[in-house]
Amino acid sequence: MFWEVTLDLLKGFGTTLEVFLLTLLGALPLGLLICFGSMSKFAPLKWIMKTLVWVIRGTPLMLQLIVVFYGPGLIAAWAQDIPNPNFIIEWIATWEVFERFVAVMIAFIINYACYFSEIYRGGIEAIPKGQYEACQVLGMSKTQTFFKVILMQVVKHIIPPMSNEIITLVKDTSLARIIAVYEIIWSAQSFIKSDGLIWPLFYTGAFYLIFNGLLTVTFGKIEKKLDYYHN
Amino acid sequence: MAILEVKDLYKSFGSNHVLKGIDFELEEGKVLSVIGSSGSGKTTLLRCITSLETADKGKIKVNGNVVFDSENEHKLTKEEIKKNRLAVGLVFQSFNLFPQYTVLKNVTLACELQAKKREDYRKNKKQILEEINKNAKEILAKVGLSEKLNSYPCELSGGQQQRVSIARALAMNPDILFFDEPTSALDPELTGEILKVIKGLAAEKMTMVIVTHEMAFARDVSDHVIFMDGGIIVEQGNPEDVINNPQQERTKLFLSRFQDNN
Ligand SMILES: Nc1ncnc2c1ncn2[C@@H]1O[C@H](COP(=O)(O)OP(=O)(O)OP(=O)(O)O)[C@@H](O)[C@H]1O
Ligand SMILES: [Mg+2]
Repeated sequence: MFWEVTLDLLKGFGTTLEVFLLTLLGALPLGLLICFGSMSKFAPLKWIMKTLVWVIRGTPLMLQLIVVFYGPGLIAAWAQDIPNPNFIIEWIATWEVFERFVAVMIAFIINYACYFSEIYRGGIEAIPKGQYEACQVLGMSKTQTFFKVILMQVVKHIIPPMSNEIITLVKDTSLARIIAVYEIIWSAQSFIKSDGLIWPLFYTGAFYLIFNGLLTVTFGKIEKKLDYYHN
Repeated sequence: MAILEVKDLYKSFGSNHVLKGIDFELEEGKVLSVIGSSGSGKTTLLRCITSLETADKGKIKVNGNVVFDSENEHKLTKEEIKKNRLAVGLVFQSFNLFPQYTVLKNVTLACELQAKKREDYRKNKKQILEEINKNAKEILAKVGLSEKLNSYPCELSGGQQQRVSIARALAMNPDILFFDEPTSALDPELTGEILKVIKGLAAEKMTMVIVTHEMAFARDVSDHVIFMDGGIIVEQGNPEDVINNPQQERTKLFLSRFQDNN
């Protein structure tokens, strides 16, 4: 039975890892875009980004999952009931619900991109003005300044908060089961229904612990590598 | 011919009029000290000349090239602005070294990036980089840091860090080197080593403009002294006259605070 459970949980954990990796892949660059947007001198863009970050960080990820999954269908149903629709309403009426997994990815990527964007912003704002001015009087271009001088210092600043956030992401993946995506907790729960076994649920903790342990060690190594200097 | 000409320079921050018509010239190979109380606009003056700030009105010429001119409509091209930047070096009060790079790399970085623009860079890359390294090492030897080439800024004393930042500015081979209170972030016992380096540069006929509160040093090292107050030059002349025998009341009042140092 133990092996059977382990294999099943591994399958669930595969989905967990998938959600984890795809979220990182999408949210790391999207976060940078949101960050630049929220620091933009173009006021409308800045305020749109700031509002987005405020809404996403101010509401539970679980709620966002539900909205992404059920929202389009509900809005489409509402649009279908409107008499004499114009072309926009007609288009909205054709909206379909996302596939479960797609909905999870949309919600996770947007959610984490907002958190990452704030971390990036903190890192960029932590660099003293004097660094930019030194580059400027030494005749460096803006691009050279960013890539040769600023970036490395930003990376050093954001590694600790990033590792925190990324470890939280590993655990947050369990929220995907709210809209019935079969990640590891879901797999374990199915043993309660089918075999009356509760221990597989506890057993999932080991998977999270081992994976987060690996992540912690990796981040520790990166931090150590950048430890040869401080500001 | 004057290597630096500043004519009728004005600069405000909102309603705060910081520079209200600054006029002076500096000959090549000479040292100019700028003294004056806090808030009199000394830093702002340096920042306008080194293009970190844009003045509102007036004219600045470095080595015959117009750096800023409010009268002339002709806008400087990006290339001209860059070229003008390289003609002046600036040593900051707070060093502003690049913490992630070694002492040597701090000095070579900007030169290396500059060299990439050379047409023969690809062909002679190795030789060019070696040349830059050699030059940087010579300059670091001059400021007494040959032992510290591979140290990081955080491993150095304040005085050593400031010497690296002087070396970094010198490596770009500027026509004029500007110092904004180069010793005020240092412990008193470390100021001597910086002043010695600056004196050494003066002996080599480096053109320098130094904002300083070290009156004795200003008198020793400079050929010309400017006393600023409230955004104008109140008094200027040779250092003996201005510092030992000021004519204006405001200068006298300011200098009386430094009597102990003299
Ligand atoms: N970027 C800025 N924005 C707004 N006001 C500024 C700015 N830089 C300087 N000022 C103001 O300009 C005035 C002159 O400042 P400045 O730094 O040039 O004086 P200073 O002579 O260098 O003084 P100190 O001896 O204290 O360094 C001050 O009132 C200061 O508050
Ligand atoms: Mg100042």
